[in-house]
Amino acid sequence: MATDTVTHDGLADATGVATQAADAPGMPQLNFETWGNQIFWLLLALLAIYFILSRVALPRIGGVLAERQGTISNDIAAAEDLKVKASEAEAAYDKALVDARAEANRIVAEAKAEIQSDLDAAIAKADAEIAAKSAESEKAIAEIRAGAMDNVRAVAKDTAQELVAALGGKADAQTVSAAVDSRMKG
Amino acid sequence: MATVVTDGAVEEKGGLEFHPMDQFEVLPFFGDGGVAWYTITNAAVWMALAVVAVFALLVLGTSKRSIVPTRMQSVAELAYGFIHKMVEDICGKEGLKYFPYIMTLFMFIVTANFLGLIPASFTPTSHFAVTVVLALAVFLTVTILGFVKNGTAFLGLFWVASAPLALRPILAIIELISYFVRPVSHSIRLAGNVMAGHAVIKVFAGFAAIAVISPLSVVAITAIYGLEILVSFIQAYVFTILTCVYLKDALHPSH
Repeated sequence: MATDTVTHDGLADATGVATQAADAPGMPQLNFETWGNQIFWLLLALLAIYFILSRVALPRIGGVLAERQGTISNDIAAAEDLKVKASEAEAAYDKALVDARAEANRIVAEAKAEIQSDLDAAIAKADAEIAAKSAESEKAIAEIRAGAMDNVRAVAKDTAQELVAALGGKADAQTVSAAVDSRMKG
Repeated sequence: MATVVTDGAVEEKGGLEFHPMDQFEVLPFFGDGGVAWYTITNAAVWMALAVVAVFALLVLGTSKRSIVPTRMQSVAELAYGFIHKMVEDICGKEGLKYFPYIMTLFMFIVTANFLGLIPASFTPTSHFAVTVVLALAVFLTVTILGFVKNGTAFLGLFWVASAPLALRPILAIIELISYFVRPVSHSIRLAGNVMAGHAVIKVFAGFAAIAVISPLSVVAITAIYGLEILVSFIQAYVFTILTCVYLKDALHPSH
């Protein structure tokens, strides 16, 4: 048994395919008796696959892919629209911001000018008042001063007359007063 | 295999029985008997399963038609986009008319390849009967289409106008030969790759009968299985892209 196998295998190895093909099982690919069967079933299988693919599978998959492509491009378009809208909104916002800032600046400037003018007016008024007051005061001071001199003169005349009288001189009021005046000037 | 193991692990390599090609045998799926053209064989069953898988992925998987795809729908869309882009890139806009045809080829090959990776399954694409029909279908379609679309101008494909005049007849012969070799290479590449991978896995599995080697054998099977996953996709991809290239030749025969 063992030797049988050895010789059989050795033979097969040595002569290879030729011997094997001669054997019934040999190389089943070259057993042409089965070709008809295989070709028949192959054609059937190919036809089946062809009809499955061309009638159902391929149109469906192609449709799904096209639909997906459409959805994706629609989504991208929508996203771009939104992006444009967003940038428009941003521009509007920026513009509003700039406007508001300019408006605020204008209002501030106006207020400042108003205040300044009020202030100027007030200062001018105050200055005028102060000037009037000080003129008045000066006048008052001058009056007081003049009044004081007159009093002093009167007191001096009276004192001088009294002194003259006390010293026994007889002096009429007019002379004394003239003398006092001249002295006070001197 | 079981008898070999019980007979004794001491047996030398020659004592092991390798039947790497048994997995490719086309047998009736129900009962015994001969294989007539209408018999439901294992090949027929696994081709039917490929149809079911394609239906499940591309029809049931996309039944919700959601804008945000589910996992299955995502895979279906990926496959659609992959082939659609390939056809458009290679054949141009007018090639898109043949997109369902090319998608059929790709989906059949890729699902058959991957279903074939299930242990104990049958791989229809490992058979020349299948790949030759696929390749011949492409070859005939492309040739007929070339003549229908371009008339005799299609023969310009073989007349390299950019080459020196003296060289052109020689190049024409080479081009002609390469054109007729196309379906051969187209079919043998696919079946050969798939068959080789499966056979190699089977050979390594045979070595697993020896206790000492079995861990290595398991590792090797795992590694080759990984490679086979890659090959399953790449061969489907290669078959499809070559179909696109041939189709482009038919639509635009000028070099």
